[in-house]
Amino acid sequence: MKAAIDFGEMDAILTKYGHKANNIIPILQDTQAKYRYLPREAFSYLSEKLGISTAKIYSVATFYENFSLEPKGKYVIKVCDGTACHVRKSIPILERLRKELALSETKVTTDDLLFTVETVSCLGACGLAPVLTVNDKVYPAMTPDKTSELLAKLKEAN
Amino acid sequence: MSTEFMLIDNVPVEIAGEKNILAVIRKAGIELPTFCYYSELSVYGACRMCVVEDKWGDIHASCSTPPKAGMEIRTNTPRLRKYRKMILELFLSNHCRDCTTCEKNGKCKLQELAQRFGIKQVRFNNTSGEPDLDTSSLCIVRDRSKCILCGDCVRMCDEVQKVGAIDFAHRGSKMRVSPAFDEPIAKTNCVGCGQCAAVCPTGAIVVRDDTARLWHDISDRDAKVVVQIAPAVRVGIGKEFGLAEGENVMGRIVAALRRMGFDEVFDTSTGADLTVLEEAGEFLARLHKGEKLPLFTSCCPAWIQYAENNYPELMPNISTCRSPMQMFASVLKEHYRHSNRRVVVVAVMPCTAKKFEAARDEFREDGIPNVDYVITTQELVKMIRESGIVFSEVEPESVDMPFGAVSGAGVIFGVTGGVTEAVIRRLADDKSVSALRALAFTGVRGLKGVKEASIEYAGREVRIAIVSGLRNADNLIRQIKSGEKHYDFLEIMACPGGCIAGAGQPVTNEEGRKRRSAGLYDSDRMSSIKRSEENPVIMALYSGLLKGKVHNLLHVEYRRKA
Ligand code: SF4
Ligand code: SF4
Ligand code: SF4
Ligand code: FES
Ligand code: FES
Repeated sequence: MKAAIDFGEMDAILTKYGHKANNIIPILQDTQAKYRYLPREAFSYLSEKLGISTAKIYSVATFYENFSLEPKGKYVIKVCDGTACHVRKSIPILERLRKELALSETKVTTDDLLFTVETVSCLGACGLAPVLTVNDKVYPAMTPDKTSELLAKLKEAN
Repeated sequence: MSTEFMLIDNVPVEIAGEKNILAVIRKAGIELPTFCYYSELSVYGACRMCVVEDKWGDIHASCSTPPKAGMEIRTNTPRLRKYRKMILELFLSNHCRDCTTCEKNGKCKLQELAQRFGIKQVRFNNTSGEPDLDTSSLCIVRDRSKCILCGDCVRMCDEVQKVGAIDFAHRGSKMRVSPAFDEPIAKTNCVGCGQCAAVCPTGAIVVRDDTARLWHDISDRDAKVVVQIAPAVRVGIGKEFGLAEGENVMGRIVAALRRMGFDEVFDTSTGADLTVLEEAGEFLARLHKGEKLPLFTSCCPAWIQYAENNYPELMPNISTCRSPMQMFASVLKEHYRHSNRRVVVVAVMPCTAKKFEAARDEFREDGIPNVDYVITTQELVKMIRESGIVFSEVEPESVDMPFGAVSGAGVIFGVTGGVTEAVIRRLADDKSVSALRALAFTGVRGLKGVKEASIEYAGREVRIAIVSGLRNADNLIRQIKSGEKHYDFLEIMACPGGCIAGAGQPVTNEEGRKRRSAGLYDSDRMSSIKRSEENPVIMALYSGLLKGKVHNLLHVEYRRKA
């Protein structure tokens, strides 16, 4: 299921950052931007090209929560469960999403790699609670029903 | 330049180029506690055990503070004592504390410091987890639940060995030391050198223990159990039994092994003598043909694995000689081929990587390994203790016939530069004792990580490099590839200082390494046979058992793992 990486693309990223090991963070960010996660093959490729161990790259990749080692869906939906959103009923929204997409707390990405559903704590938009984001676009004052509509629209677009 | 001083607990101490106060304090004879400091590794400064107070009452980590003239430092104030106790309690609060069943019992730094600082109770809730074992490696066993995150293993594996099999992963309370993707260590590029275990202060990484199975075979009447003892072991074990560090106690080891029930006891130096002759022959042939040079030595299995992983294109340059252990093992299996008992070959080694070497497919016959057991010096210590033998009172005995003679050249294999010196002795045109002595001063001796030497052979210059530590080796290989350096012969050992400081040996320090090395050179000086080709046992082997079988029994072609 995991997409093999495109070495040409990886080389372009490496060139952009001068093949420097201390640029590992932006290199991983660009890699993630390309694949929406950090594919395993990228670790060994980067290790060889940058002269640092895969264990070291793994260390960096697991230190920052923004990096994902699992493939993510085309649409990454983040449901805010900060205090404000929680109080204004974010959980039913989350439950609706998981139910419609057959996901759970441990299985966060659909098999067709279309959707990933995650929770975050406080997106800094408490005035608009409850809030969710799809690929970083903010959807304010959500309800379970509005969420179902949004899902339907996204599915249709594909 | 005038001498600079600092005050340590009111005593003036000279500053002589030390990089940190910790080194000055230790020079002053104060054993400051540390978990994350090793002089040969970079400074990490995480454990905070090494704290000291300056005259203004500010607290500093001494391992990461440079000394300055006029500094006034206190190492033992009520505040510092309280601070250290608290750190220890914090470590202990998520630690299992099952010392009696821990492999590291009696040698653990955490245990030692808890005792030294009189920790009688831990004020925090115990949050330790269940044992979290990785037993995938033949060389080391990891239990992540015992890890205190000092990072010593990570820095050793990366900075000294350039393997980088393990690193910190995740963060906060989930932080742990782990290979990439949390894979078992055996699935990584780990070369099994065990140096991570040698620096781990706790039982989180230990040498694999194979003694239980071995005891079983020793007591099996249908098994004939023969054992070979590597050169470095004889100078690494004495101190564990109250004798001097570096003292050659080969005779006592032989006697102890006999009492434990081993049927025949031999010396791996016999195997080393074979290696010298084979390797010298191979080197000369390559020199004459001018091909496959430089020649790399092949005694160290961790180096072999490193080359396979990183420089497969260099494999043809690596000597086809089996290591002394494997050469001798094939000779032994051949010698006892018609024995009516099951022959079990045991090797006592200073090395954890040898456990992996013994299990390689290349060294099996009909699926059965030539070496059935590799036990490290550390395991031998345990076996001697378990059997109740009072080692310091054992009368020395000599090894068994027909392999009862070894040369000094074979014995010095255990220290970096030894293999090279032994091979040069074989090549030297002038075989007088004074000429041999002169060889010792060509630059081959000493514990430095990289040594260079050159000798005259048949009217040409032969350029030699001797390296220990895989990062040093890697640097040199890069320089060779870029054309910056040229050599004809390279000796490579994974462990800094060579096998005397192998991870299977009882852990020691710089001074201990020097003594062990001196111990081996002393035995060489005292031995009546200096050169391998003068060893009558070896000559008898070539005209007997080895006839027509040299290639099969003494050489190998490594088949790279898929
Ligand atoms: S055994 Fe050697 S190579 Fe393997 S993890 Fe330990 S230090 Fe690294
Ligand atoms: S495994 Fe040992 S050496 Fe490595 S970080 Fe843990 S306690 Fe330190
Ligand atoms: S240098 Fe010696 S002890 Fe260390 S890994 Fe190599 S053979 Fe083993
Ligand atoms: S709690 Fe959801 S945006 Fe602040
Ligand atoms: S030894 Fe100084 S902080 Fe660990």
